[in-house]
Amino acid sequence: MADRSLELVDCGHRACGGCGPAFAARLILKGSGSNSIVCAATGCMEVFSTPYPQTAWKVPWIHSLFQNAAAVASGVESALKHQGRDEHVLCICGDGSTFDIGMLCISGAFERGHNITYICYDNEAYMNTGIQRSGATPFDANTTTSPVGKNSLGNSRPKKDLPRILAAHGAPYVATCSIAYPNDVIKKVERAVNTQGPCYIQIHTPCCTGWGYDGSRTIEMGKLAIETGLFVSFEMVNGKIEKVKKVKRKPVEEYLKEQKRFSHLFKPKPNLEEIAKIQAIADANAEIYGIDLKI
Amino acid sequence: MKVILEGSHAIAEAVRLSKPDVISAYPITPQTHIVERLAEMVADGDLDAEYICVESEFSALSACLGASAAGSRVYSATSSQGLLFMAEVCFNVAGMRQPIVMSIANRAISAPLSIWNDQQDSIALRDSGWIQVYAEDVQETFDLHLLAYRVAEDHRVLLPVFVCFDGYYISHTYEPVDILDIDEVNAFIPPYEPVNKLDASNPLSMGMYATPEYYMEFRYEIDKAMENAALVIKEAGSEFGKRFGRDYSKHVESYFLEDAEIALVAMGSVCGTIKDAIDLMRKDGKKVGLLKIRTFRPFPATEIKEALKDVTKVGVLEKNVSLGTRMKGAVGLEVKDAIGNSGIEVMSYVTGLGGRDIKIEDIIRMTESLENGIGDCFFGLREELL
Repeated sequence: MADRSLELVDCGHRACGGCGPAFAARLILKGSGSNSIVCAATGCMEVFSTPYPQTAWKVPWIHSLFQNAAAVASGVESALKHQGRDEHVLCICGDGSTFDIGMLCISGAFERGHNITYICYDNEAYMNTGIQRSGATPFDANTTTSPVGKNSLGNSRPKKDLPRILAAHGAPYVATCSIAYPNDVIKKVERAVNTQGPCYIQIHTPCCTGWGYDGSRTIEMGKLAIETGLFVSFEMVNGKIEKVKKVKRKPVEEYLKEQKRFSHLFKPKPNLEEIAKIQAIADANAEIYGIDLKI
Repeated sequence: MKVILEGSHAIAEAVRLSKPDVISAYPITPQTHIVERLAEMVADGDLDAEYICVESEFSALSACLGASAAGSRVYSATSSQGLLFMAEVCFNVAGMRQPIVMSIANRAISAPLSIWNDQQDSIALRDSGWIQVYAEDVQETFDLHLLAYRVAEDHRVLLPVFVCFDGYYISHTYEPVDILDIDEVNAFIPPYEPVNKLDASNPLSMGMYATPEYYMEFRYEIDKAMENAALVIKEAGSEFGKRFGRDYSKHVESYFLEDAEIALVAMGSVCGTIKDAIDLMRKDGKKVGLLKIRTFRPFPATEIKEALKDVTKVGVLEKNVSLGTRMKGAVGLEVKDAIGNSGIEVMSYVTGLGGRDIKIEDIIRMTESLENGIGDCFFGLREELL
């Protein structure tokens, strides 16, 4: 077990106050420990943590390009294998590089079965470049490339189901979690790095800047996503759901109304028809994953 | 030991003798025979390496980058579209100073789709920060792979290398080739000692971004490393000659240039055809010679200027086209720059694109064009199609 008292991502980096991904970085390394090598993708975390000549990382860290972290990790892992070394190889990448531009490399790495843990910090849009929609952006979210307008209610597509796509590659361990539950993140990372083969963890990381809420409320937003059923926290082992975080579900409005990216759904008056579509997404999640607490 | 081998298989032998730890490649014609043979070697236990069957060229070079950053010697091979798909990674590898060696079986670029030879692929990446060497025959291709590892991993260089050779003309041609003994190669290529590597016992960050206060100096350092490479290639090439009897201490090679009035300049397998053409033209009393450019990056401007100082006309045979330029050929432009304001006429001839055969009589006609002051053009077009 890794020493959880170690802070392997140093303070003084340039993340926004209340940054979800920055918190995720700390938690990830508490789970994987100092015997880790991190392969990063271009994105918020890369930029806020490594402006030359400064770095926040106290473990070996490499950034190559936006879309190739999984391929770089494949090479790192192969080299370690050949050299008889035992470091954990992690990818830590945002949702843009994971859901969209990096899919080719990820699919290849998972199909080949490299012993790596791929972690996506999911803040549900391209935040580093100014809040453009990605394949992880939720339905109806207002982003700079899915803007609300006379003919638009924001992002017109639901979030891509990447955990199941990677489970279908034969990944032995796939998990989702939220920074709102820090110990859960640490435990899942620890389990992943100690599982042989390619593992995937998707960490929901609210972004105060991109979602439009006060930075002091990041944990609260993370909790609301879980409590409304819009983000489900689970563990999937060899393609089968093993554990799901159960909740006493709240209506989705409680999550949506707190964020500017959904504010168009409430102005000038609540758009009940549209909110009902989002509620249906949460209801479907509840059905598929069985997240409702039976009281 | 001299054996008759297909070019691709000779290259695979050179790679085996160089002992890479990690091989990562994706199939593409006409490169495939190399990586197939390497896969066989790994499967048979003749080569102790990790062989990563990637899903794309983009991942092939990305995986090489990761393995190299972790401190391993790596190898890849590609061609044409595959190289262009890697282009972003190519720039990144050079910027991150990873001494990766990659074989380039030179092939034309789509569109139109063509699997046949020219040198447009590697020429398109001339500014990527990779050393580029071009081989004339199978033996030279074999030798340059060994030289490439020695040069790339030299701490004065730390740059990646393209070993370029013409698709089919070299990759698929059987020639006698002197396969060196592994102990001799070990003595020439010492084990790879990285300056930095990913290592949990000594954490460091690699591939950080640079603000305008820092970026230019990184690019300057790469260029300085290229200058160092010019020297290191000479040193290593000279040592290669002493050890194995084939000298690579020069970036260029001359053929009948001593008394030549006309010089033809070229890279790669076509040099053999040009030599045959020169033999014929010499019989007719024409004072023609050849300057073969082996090292294209770093560009050996000084050696080229010296080698061509006594000629009056220079014709550069190009298997590439720099579309929209006056001279048409990318190499000719640089040869002209190397010569400077010496009064020597330099003209480019773009030919052999997409695998069109270049015959001895084509070389002779090209030389006549040069004598008549006609050049900086496509040469050998089928006028009836235009």
